[in-house]
Amino acid sequence: MLKYIVPFILFIILAVLLAVGLTLKPGDIPSPFINKPAPAFFAPKLDAPDVKLATVDLKGKVWLLNVWASWCASCRAEHPVLNQLAQQKLAVIVGLNYKDDPDDAKNWLARLGNPYTVSIMDREGRIGIDWGVYGVPETFVVDKKGIIRHKHTGPVTSEDVQKTLLPLIAQLLVENS
Amino acid sequence: MKYFAAVYLLFASLAVLAGVEYREFANPRQQEIYETLIKELRCLVCQNQTIADSNADLAADLRRQVHEMVQQGKSKEDIIRFLTDRYGDFVLYNPPFKPLTLLLWLGPLLFLSIGLISVFVIIRRKKTQAVAVLSAEQHEKIRSLLEEGDQS
Repeated sequence: MLKYIVPFILFIILAVLLAVGLTLKPGDIPSPFINKPAPAFFAPKLDAPDVKLATVDLKGKVWLLNVWASWCASCRAEHPVLNQLAQQKLAVIVGLNYKDDPDDAKNWLARLGNPYTVSIMDREGRIGIDWGVYGVPETFVVDKKGIIRHKHTGPVTSEDVQKTLLPLIAQLLVENS
Repeated sequence: MKYFAAVYLLFASLAVLAGVEYREFANPRQQEIYETLIKELRCLVCQNQTIADSNADLAADLRRQVHEMVQQGKSKEDIIRFLTDRYGDFVLYNPPFKPLTLLLWLGPLLFLSIGLISVFVIIRRKKTQAVAVLSAEQHEKIRSLLEEGDQS
């Protein structure tokens, strides 16, 4: 009897491990920034390059940093979801226009709608490196104290908005700054 | 003449394809740091390549970052800390030895010992079985069969 039970148990263990392996997303690298202060930036705005936006300007607000580019196909897929989120006016959405041509970026927003409270330019990808960006689009949620509370890699779906982003934003809005 | 032109163009185009990055260093020591570092850092887009091997945009940006920091005289440890602060330990091809990576480092040793112990147990079990199985009667039978075989 043992002769059959041992291989059977081993098979079950292997099957469970493989099943867990199937659900893992190796593309999702845990961000070391969760619950750490957001890296500071001081970057030109997309629509007014002479004016710069700094992280301190956003202190006391719950804000999202969404990394996007006009050359990024998944950003296009994500765009309607962001437009919808922006309509609810719950949080400031800062767009980090990553390694993009400003004209292409402005055209893109004019054509597809602009969900961003403000977009800043990162033409050389340096702010991206500071924030540990490795795949566009990425979305960070920052609380009133300037602490990163959540990171989403890849396009945000409406399910992600309903299940993760909105509850988190609601929670952060009632926290003290 | 046409032939030479063709050969020249062929090689010229190859040089363009290779896309060699030209980097300047103040001294050979800095170049050494740069070259060892880019072979130890993972490209996060194409996860099984180092940033030295990868053609991804991010890998090129990270090479630029490493080069700039080397030129500023930063040490290897400084640069590694800069990148792990931003991308986590995943950016390192050689994961650090710490509680979280214990199984990763000691796993092979663990599996080897499980294998060795199993082999040992199986061999021992076989040995004792082989000795115990034959009775005196069976020994007798074997001998008679062998003798029979000799006669024929």
